[in-house]
Amino acid sequence: MSDCHSCAGCAVAEAPPALHKNARSHVVAIIGPPNSGKSTLFNRLTGLRQKVANFPGVTVEQRVGKARMQQHHDVVLVDLPGVYSLNPRSEDEQVTRDVLAGTMPGVPKPDALLLILDCTNLGRHLVLAAPILSLKLPTLVILNMADDLKSRGGHVDTAELASELGSPVALISASKGQGVEKVFQFMEGTSAGTSSLAPPRVELPILQDIPRCRQWANDVGTGAAYRAPAPPIWTRRLDSVFLHPIIGPLIFLLVVAGVFQTIFKGAKPLMDGLQSLIQTSGQWIEHVLPASIFRSLLVDGVWSGVGAVIVFLPQILLLFLFIGILEDSGYLARAALIADRTMAKFGLQGKSFIPLISAYACAVPAIMATRTIENKRDRLATILIAPFMTCSARLPVYTLIIAAFIADRPILGHFFGAQAAALLGLYVLGFVAAVMTAKLLKSSILKSERVPFVLEMPPYRWPTLRSLSLRLIDRSKVFLRRAGTVILLVIVVLWVLENLPVKNGRPPEIADSFAGMIGHAVEPVIKPLGFNWKIGIGLVSSIAAREVIVGTLGTIYGKEGTSESVGLRRALQSDLTPGGAVALLVFFAFAMQCMSTIAVVRRETGGWRWPALQFSYMTFLAYLCALIANEVVRSGVFT
Amino acid sequence: MLQTSVNSGTDRTLAQLHEGEAGVLDRLDLPDDIARRLMELGFLPGHIIVPARSAPGGEPRVYRVDGSEVALRRETASHLILRAPKT
Repeated sequence: MSDCHSCAGCAVAEAPPALHKNARSHVVAIIGPPNSGKSTLFNRLTGLRQKVANFPGVTVEQRVGKARMQQHHDVVLVDLPGVYSLNPRSEDEQVTRDVLAGTMPGVPKPDALLLILDCTNLGRHLVLAAPILSLKLPTLVILNMADDLKSRGGHVDTAELASELGSPVALISASKGQGVEKVFQFMEGTSAGTSSLAPPRVELPILQDIPRCRQWANDVGTGAAYRAPAPPIWTRRLDSVFLHPIIGPLIFLLVVAGVFQTIFKGAKPLMDGLQSLIQTSGQWIEHVLPASIFRSLLVDGVWSGVGAVIVFLPQILLLFLFIGILEDSGYLARAALIADRTMAKFGLQGKSFIPLISAYACAVPAIMATRTIENKRDRLATILIAPFMTCSARLPVYTLIIAAFIADRPILGHFFGAQAAALLGLYVLGFVAAVMTAKLLKSSILKSERVPFVLEMPPYRWPTLRSLSLRLIDRSKVFLRRAGTVILLVIVVLWVLENLPVKNGRPPEIADSFAGMIGHAVEPVIKPLGFNWKIGIGLVSSIAAREVIVGTLGTIYGKEGTSESVGLRRALQSDLTPGGAVALLVFFAFAMQCMSTIAVVRRETGGWRWPALQFSYMTFLAYLCALIANEVVRSGVFT
Repeated sequence: MLQTSVNSGTDRTLAQLHEGEAGVLDRLDLPDDIARRLMELGFLPGHIIVPARSAPGGEPRVYRVDGSEVALRRETASHLILRAPKT
C-alpha cells in the first residue's frame, strides 16, 4: 500500500460515477451499528419530512426522508437498520445488504453513504467501516457522540482517520446538532457529483474474519491517534442505584406502576374528552343535515369510525412518551435486565415486559411498543400474546355479565366478594393463556435458533424534547394512516350490516338487518356455547371493539346499552343461561374481538399472515374454552 | 492475577468470574453464528472481560467488554471459556 497517491487521480478519473442522473433524485443511505445514534441523525437531517413503511415482505421498518439542500434538489435519505456487519444472518443484515447492492425492490441503489459510528467506542464500531468502504461508494464516516468523547477525555484525529480510510470524516453530536453542517456539505458535494473517491491508505481486511477485522479497526484507531474515553462515571453511579439488589427492583416497580397508571387512568379523561367531542360534533352534523340513510351512514358509520380511531391516540401518545423517555435515557435496557429472569421463564425476554404490561390497558399501543425488542422472534411472540392481556375494553363486558349473573357473596369479608373474584379470575385466565401461548410458540413455530439473549447497556443520557416529539408524531402518523384506515373501513362495513337492507325507506330492526341475518346464521355454531342469535349479533358487532357488544345488546333488548344498565341485566338474566353467561366471559377473555388490534398486528408484522393466524388461534381457543365452560356449568359441578 | 484459582482440567468460564474480577477470553464454545454475534459485540478471544452488576437474582449479568457494557444470561456466559492464567 505505498503507491496509493499515484492512483488517487485515476480513481477520480475512473469514477465520474453515475452521479448525474437527473432522472431520479440523489439517494443517500444512513448505515451504522445499533446505538450509534443513527435515528437521531436521520431525524436531525430530515425533521418532519420523513415517512415510515416496511421493506417489502419483511418486518424491518423502512424510514425514508428528505433533506433540504441549499444548492441542489432535495436528497432522499434512507435509514437502514442497525447492523454490526454485513454477514447476512438476520433479516436486518439481509435488508441492509440488499439495499446497498440495489437489489431491494422499490428502493433505488444509494448514490452515497453516511456511515455513523459511536466514537466513544470507535474500536468496535470501526469494524463496520471495512465492509462499507469496500463497496466503493462515496462515503462520509460520521463519528457521533463527539460531546461525550470530549467530556470523558477521549481523542481522535479526524484528518488522519480520513486519510487512512480514504473517506471524509466528520466529528459530530447528532443529539446536540453540532457538526451536522458537515453532513450537509458532504451531501451537497455528492449531489453535485464533485466528490472524489480516494483509495484508503490502509488495506481493508477480509470481511468474514471478525478477530482480524477488529485488529484492523484497532490499528486504524491507533493510526488516527485514537484515545478511548474514560468510563462514563455518571452511568456507573446511576447503575449502582438502578441495578441495586433492593432499590433497583423497587424503582423498577414504581416505573412500571407509573406507566400502567398513566395509560390506564391518565389517558381516561383525554379519551372521554375526545369521545364526547366526536359525539357532540356528530350530533351537530345530525342536526344540520336532513334525516336520511346517508346522514346515518355519515354520523353512525364514518364519523363514529373516525372517533373509534382517534380515541386510541391519548393512550398511544402517553405510552410512547413514556417509552421514549425510558429508551432515550437508557433506563429501558436496565428495566429489561431486571425483568429478564421472570420473562425467561415464559420463553420471552426482559424487553417484552413493558409492552405486555401496557397491553393491560390496550393491546394497540402495546403492540406498537414491541418495536424496542430487537430479536425478531421474541418481538413476534410478544405481539402474538399481547391481546390475551385483559385490556380495558373487556371491562364493560365483564362488568355487565358479572353483575347480571354472579351474586356478590362475600369471600374475604366485605372487600373481596364473588364478583371481584370472578373479575380477578378473568385477569388470571388471560395471563395464563398468554403464558401458555408464549411457551407453545417458542417451542413450535417461533422456536429460536438458540439466539442468545444479548442486551447492550447504553450510557444514560438526557432525552431531548426534539427526539421525543418526533417519535410521538411519527407513532401517531403510523397509527392513523396504517391502522386507522382499516379500522374506519370495518366500522363502515359494520354500519352497512346493521342498517341494511332498507325497509320502507327506513333502516330495519337490528334483528332483520344483515347483522341480524348473520346472528341467526351463526346461531347453530354458537348454540353449544349457550349463546343465542342475539349474542351472535353482539359478537359480530364487537369485532369493531369489544365493548360495542354492550351497546348492541342494549339495542336488541330495547334497554339502555351500558354496563350499569339494570334493565339490560334483567333481560340477559332471562334470556341467557348461567352456562352461556360464563361461556361469554370466557369467550371474551380469549377471542381477538378487536379489529384495531388486528390492523396494528398487520401493520407491525408487514402482512396478513400473522394477524390471520393469531385471529384463528384465539377464536379457536375462545370457542373451545367457552364450550367447556358452558358444559361444566350446565352439568352443575358448581351448584 | 490474584486469587484466581484454576481447577486443573476443567476450564473456567465467564459465568464463574466474580463481580469486578477480570478474565481473558480464550474461546467461544458456541455454534458459529452465535459466536459471531457475540464477537461483534466485543467478546473476542484475547479480550479482557470484567463482570459488573447483575439483575436481582444474579441473572442476567452485565459484562464490561471492549469499551461497552453488554448483559448476558448465565447459559450464554458459561459457554465463554477463559484463558488459564499463567502461574
